[in-house]
Amino acid sequence: MSLALLPLLQQFVVLLAALALFLSFVLLAQMRLVAAIHVFAWQGALVAAVTLTVAVAGAVEHLYFSAVLTLALKALLIPWMLHRLVRRLGLERHTERLRHPALVVMAGVALVIFSYWLVLPMVEQGQAFTRNIIAVSLALVLIGLLMMVFRQQAVAQVLGFMSMENGLFLAAVSATAGMPLVVELGVAFDLLVAMVLFGVFFFQIRESIDSLDVDRLNRLTEVES
Amino acid sequence: MTALLLTLLTPLIGGLALFLVRALAPAGWLNLAVSGLTLLGSLWLAWTVAQVEVIAGLGFRVDAFNVYLIVLTAFVGLTTAIFSRPYMQYVQASGRISVLNLRLYHSLYQAFMLTMLVALTTDNLGVLWVAVEGATLATVLLVSLYRTPEAVEAAWKYFILCGVGIALALFGTVLTYFAAQLVLADTEAGLTWSVLHAHAAALDPTVMRIAFVFLLVGYGTKVGLVPMHQWLPDAHSEGPTPMSAVLSGLLLNVALYAVVRLKMLVDGSLAATDTPHLAGALLMGFGLVSFMVAALFLHRQRDIKRLFSYSSIEHMGLMTFAFGLGGPLATFGALLHMLVHSLTKSAIFVTVGHATHLAGTQSIERIRGLIRTQPTIGWSLLFGVVAIAGFPPFGVFTSEFLLLTATMQTHPWLTLVLLSGLAIAFAGLFRHLHPMVYGTAPDGQAPVTANLLPVFVHLGLVLWLGLAIPDFLAHWLNRATALIAGGGVL
Amino acid sequence: MIVWLLALLQALLAVALAPLLVGWVRKVKAWLQNRRGAPLLQPYADLRKLLTKDTRVAHTASPLFRVAPYIVFVATWLACVTVPLIALDLPTAGIADIIVLVGLLALARFFLALAGMDVGTAFGGMGASREMLISALAEPALLMAVFTLAMTAHSTSLVGVMEHHLTDGFLLRPSYLFAFGALVLVALAECGRIPIDNPATHLELTMVHEAMLLEYTGRYLALMEWAAWIKLLLYGVLLVNVFLPWGIATAFTPTALALGLIAVVVKLALLGAALAVGETVTAKMRLFRVPGFLNLALLLGLLGLLSHVILEVGA
Repeated sequence: MSLALLPLLQQFVVLLAALALFLSFVLLAQMRLVAAIHVFAWQGALVAAVTLTVAVAGAVEHLYFSAVLTLALKALLIPWMLHRLVRRLGLERHTERLRHPALVVMAGVALVIFSYWLVLPMVEQGQAFTRNIIAVSLALVLIGLLMMVFRQQAVAQVLGFMSMENGLFLAAVSATAGMPLVVELGVAFDLLVAMVLFGVFFFQIRESIDSLDVDRLNRLTEVES
Repeated sequence: MTALLLTLLTPLIGGLALFLVRALAPAGWLNLAVSGLTLLGSLWLAWTVAQVEVIAGLGFRVDAFNVYLIVLTAFVGLTTAIFSRPYMQYVQASGRISVLNLRLYHSLYQAFMLTMLVALTTDNLGVLWVAVEGATLATVLLVSLYRTPEAVEAAWKYFILCGVGIALALFGTVLTYFAAQLVLADTEAGLTWSVLHAHAAALDPTVMRIAFVFLLVGYGTKVGLVPMHQWLPDAHSEGPTPMSAVLSGLLLNVALYAVVRLKMLVDGSLAATDTPHLAGALLMGFGLVSFMVAALFLHRQRDIKRLFSYSSIEHMGLMTFAFGLGGPLATFGALLHMLVHSLTKSAIFVTVGHATHLAGTQSIERIRGLIRTQPTIGWSLLFGVVAIAGFPPFGVFTSEFLLLTATMQTHPWLTLVLLSGLAIAFAGLFRHLHPMVYGTAPDGQAPVTANLLPVFVHLGLVLWLGLAIPDFLAHWLNRATALIAGGGVL
Repeated sequence: MIVWLLALLQALLAVALAPLLVGWVRKVKAWLQNRRGAPLLQPYADLRKLLTKDTRVAHTASPLFRVAPYIVFVATWLACVTVPLIALDLPTAGIADIIVLVGLLALARFFLALAGMDVGTAFGGMGASREMLISALAEPALLMAVFTLAMTAHSTSLVGVMEHHLTDGFLLRPSYLFAFGALVLVALAECGRIPIDNPATHLELTMVHEAMLLEYTGRYLALMEWAAWIKLLLYGVLLVNVFLPWGIATAFTPTALALGLIAVVVKLALLGAALAVGETVTAKMRLFRVPGFLNLALLLGLLGLLSHVILEVGA
């Protein structure tokens, strides 16, 4: 497949997906919490834009609805909630220390290559366009996972989790033109509840260890103490 | 259909109502009543299914496989509610929990039951995902209910690990939907399990293969398969004991149920390729590793609830292995094992709740001489462990015997591995159990008011199943086996 | 014959345009800062002044110090000649490809750094070591961006890349976007612009490029400065002509050539204005932050490469 053969709207989807991938990397390496939340909001907006583009390209009506839902939830509500939490926790100026930033980014690049390698056998499906977007979505998911592993800050881990969800949503929208509405609503509901619970947990964690550095949550181990 | 609605709506309404009840005593009773009504609904449902084979509609589908899990879920839900009522009174009296949290506890208890029942009854893979994720969300606050640093840590670990796992499962679900869209005319039905199962052979094997890996890792996290099991011992040990009972006895089953349903799809899709047993092989591998690792870890435990949560991992591993093995005999054994393990393990956790109440600690080293201080608790724990370790005449022995026989038929050398694993697990359990039950009781250890009715009922049922499986149950399981493995054993 | 003449003309034009671009950037910056600023043609006047002045050379300087300005100037100029400015198919562009371009720039930088160290002053050495640090970090990113272009066009020739781009028409290529970003960052670093280096300062501790030129006077200094301006023009042309080649002359008719000239001047003017805006709104970063900045460029280059492979080719 060559890009030149795709209609313009699909090219636009490809472009947006690539930008979302780039934002995942920025999120991975962004040490300032507030800035990271903004990056996440932009990523959400990109996913919403993809949804809208797919809706326009395929004239899929229920996707208009999910585009609005995504925009409201991922680009506005959840970032706003995180922002408020960060302010209430007094973490506006918090910056993290990542031990090997370049190494982490390279690990992210390796994950992108891995994702592509994983979906490469799906070529018989003919639709290389879909397959490629799935590769990018998977990379988004895995980079979110990587972020949760490497970041010690609870809020940053939540951002990783949420950007994983962005990847999932991107896959659902671009590969299958969206899940059935009931599922999409269910997923959005779960996500919202999860966000509220994360907020509750931030306070519980801070109360119990006086910090949000979850590396200090290490009382429960198999090693005998 | 009415039965189904009764089963599902009761916990929904009950959960909402329980949030409004302020006082503890009526809340406990109401919780009990709601659970009882749910059980009645599920029994009615089971009776209907026995007549008409399958109930389908409104996106739900109940057949022989899930109906027995529904009854099991409702039953264990009820007995745990019986145990939970006085237990939570004791917890509140000891000042570990506030009134608001107690309201939350009861409300979330029913929410948890609801999510599990929805996960079991739904015909839609997406809704299944939503429900399993909902079960995590409902329980995560319960794990941190006591607000100790350990409890918060356990809950955070549980939340993050299961969240990640379940996100991977959603990716697998999306891939499945993608595969379905390529073959189905009605793309909206692409997540409906029954439709997918009917068209399984047409699903693209490459996509399904990748999808299954994600689904297995995702739902496997919730099953507690090694190496994604890290959350399980923590969540079990730090949450309130009734929670441990339902997590171990029910949630793990529901996750495994999801894996098995998906395996059926993948098997259908891969049947014509050169790797027809890929899904089974993966399940066998994960199951065996979980089984062995958990058996070894049993020896190192210091906390009584952690001990039994590792035992849960061990048994889930065994079931996963058996489902992976496939074939009617192994499947029948696995289904039976699901049943007896749930009953036994929730009985054990209830007993453990009383034992820790008695000793005032969860540390194995400081629980001593149960049988001297309060014989009923001591004997219950002893019999529970004897049952879970797979001694005759308890039901676990029957199911494990079936599993070993099935293994012998297809993979004889794996029987040795399984036997040695069972021996290791047995040794791990009994080296801790013996001093707890028979050791000298510390001074001043006094009996507590214990409600052991659920334990007796559960262990009695397990014993009955060990001595003779009643005809209707055998046929029931046989029908489920036929559904999963393509042929019955009877 | 006529094409060689045109090529020569284009090469001379590049050299002639370079000071104008610098003057334009300075002028826009002055406007943005509410100053009137020096006249647009001030760089030409500076050059003329320096060229007519006497040169003084430190007594510790070796012959290399005297040769270096010529080598730096010629290498940079040659590099500039390989980039099509107003017409596409000139023979000079045909003889060199992107790799040679990178090599010529590296050669110029090598001699620049040597000359900086030659006299043995502290600042020269400091500037040289910083310059090498920055270039060592920028080069991989530059190569990644270049490879992205080359892979799209299946050619390492700039003309090939631009022709491919022209025939494909307008496509939303994510790889181009990333490569463009990477190249912008590299260009900022290589040309010593804010936020890496400030060309307008001689503050001892922060300067990089200027530190190496401290010992130069007269026409040597003129050549060195001129070379730096040509380099800015080169990167500018690279950015505007490779990524937005529209307007460039594909035939050698007078109208096409005139159009090509106008197009490139307009594009460069816009780019220069953007540069001036960027330099006004950002602050220079500490030297220790530079690796992070250039890692971003490398990441962009890598992503360009990856998104080309994953999203645009497909097996």
